[in-house]
Amino acid sequence: MPDGGGYRHFHDELAVLKQKLLDMSERAESLVDLSVEALLERDREKAEAVIEADRELDRIEVEAENLAISLLALQQPMARDLRFLIGAIKVSSDLERVGDHAVNIAQGAVRLVESRAMTPAVPAIADMARRARAMLSDALDAFIRGDGALGRAVGKADDQVDALHEGIFRTLLTHMMGDPRTIAPSLELLLVSRNLERVGDLATNIGEDAVYLAEGKQIRHRYDEGVA
Amino acid sequence: MTPDTRDREINEGRVVVERFSAWFGGTQALAGVNLAVAPQSVTALIGPSGCGKSTLLRAMNRLNDLIPGFRHVGRVFLDGEDINAPSMDTSVLRQRIGTVFQRSNPFPRSIYDNVAYGPRLNGLATGRELDHTVEHALRRAALWDEVKDRLRESALGLSGGQQQRLCIARALANDPEVLLLDEPTSALDPVATQRIEEMLYELRRDLTIVLVTHNLHQAARVSDQTVVLFDGHIVEIDSTKRLFTSPREARTEAFITGRLG
Repeated sequence: MPDGGGYRHFHDELAVLKQKLLDMSERAESLVDLSVEALLERDREKAEAVIEADRELDRIEVEAENLAISLLALQQPMARDLRFLIGAIKVSSDLERVGDHAVNIAQGAVRLVESRAMTPAVPAIADMARRARAMLSDALDAFIRGDGALGRAVGKADDQVDALHEGIFRTLLTHMMGDPRTIAPSLELLLVSRNLERVGDLATNIGEDAVYLAEGKQIRHRYDEGVA
Repeated sequence: MTPDTRDREINEGRVVVERFSAWFGGTQALAGVNLAVAPQSVTALIGPSGCGKSTLLRAMNRLNDLIPGFRHVGRVFLDGEDINAPSMDTSVLRQRIGTVFQRSNPFPRSIYDNVAYGPRLNGLATGRELDHTVEHALRRAALWDEVKDRLRESALGLSGGQQQRLCIARALANDPEVLLLDEPTSALDPVATQRIEEMLYELRRDLTIVLVTHNLHQAARVSDQTVVLFDGHIVEIDSTKRLFTSPREARTEAFITGRLG
């Protein structure tokens, strides 16, 4: 057998990287929560906390990517380890983007607080946020555990989030046509919905990375369907 | 026809191992191995120590026959001919299938005589034709430029990496169809290793190459097909690209990621 000591060191480093991804995921999920709370409660402090906390997420992303790159260079991993490291780089980038979407939502919340305009009630936004957050959590579990079935399930759940986004668009359109004073706040809410829909897409990407990790299959854009 | 100008059929050098099992005394080394090696390709045999990969390599030119207590069942074909058939002349077989070992083993003679040894023995060339054969073999082994001015000096004065390339040139001088290499770079430094790997990349254009290596990255770099052996059984054969990124077998995965045992 090859040198076991070197491998043990490598596996310890992989565990550190996994922990960083879990940490990022936890932060990204709570940023989505907090940004939507800030929006629904018109809470400026919470919105500013989201903007502040996103910097930490950016920092961990760079750390995770650096660690993955150094492991690729020094350990030249193969098979599952290789797929994990390539996936980790993509997942950390996706989680960082989730943070950016939370910041977009928080900035929208601040603008709504400042405008003091009448905002249409759109209960579906809270539902959408809950689903997007659950998808993110499942996607990360799927990636960390290498669970291909759970990874695929995340993609299915995204259909519901997309449908909610469609519904919200129609609701807001109705408001805007009925009362032009709601146009500005409705556009803000549409942006929020759009950002949540993107969080769902990023969770779907992570779910696809989990499938590649677990099964070695590229399911993005149905690429390997003809082959498999 | 001189050996190096002989036009070879594109299909020459196909090795097929069929339901091959082998024993050394009471110990089974290979169990029901089936393997097809395509011409003009590099096949890497990998697996933990004692898995049977060297035995399998040596079965391809009957080197195991020399070991007391060795017996086998099953067949090995070279271009459709059973190499263990009574009609097979082992000296002809070993001219067609060259072998390079882990430790370079040049004869204590001149560089020229080392390379000329096989063609002289097999009566393939003499005189100027032999000079030409020697030069061609040394060029294919990427050694010519380093030794062309000291062909009459002792081969033992060469560096380890040069000696290994000399042994490869010695095998190539017989114009083999197949080249078997048993951990050819395990005693060499990274620069010498890279030279040999680059040379294999060139040689595969007209040779069938089978390589036993403990260096998984070497297998990944140089081979087209990889064969994984455990306890005398083949557990997986696949394109090298597929095997090192998404192996199908859990034991392959465990072996190449260092999680075995």
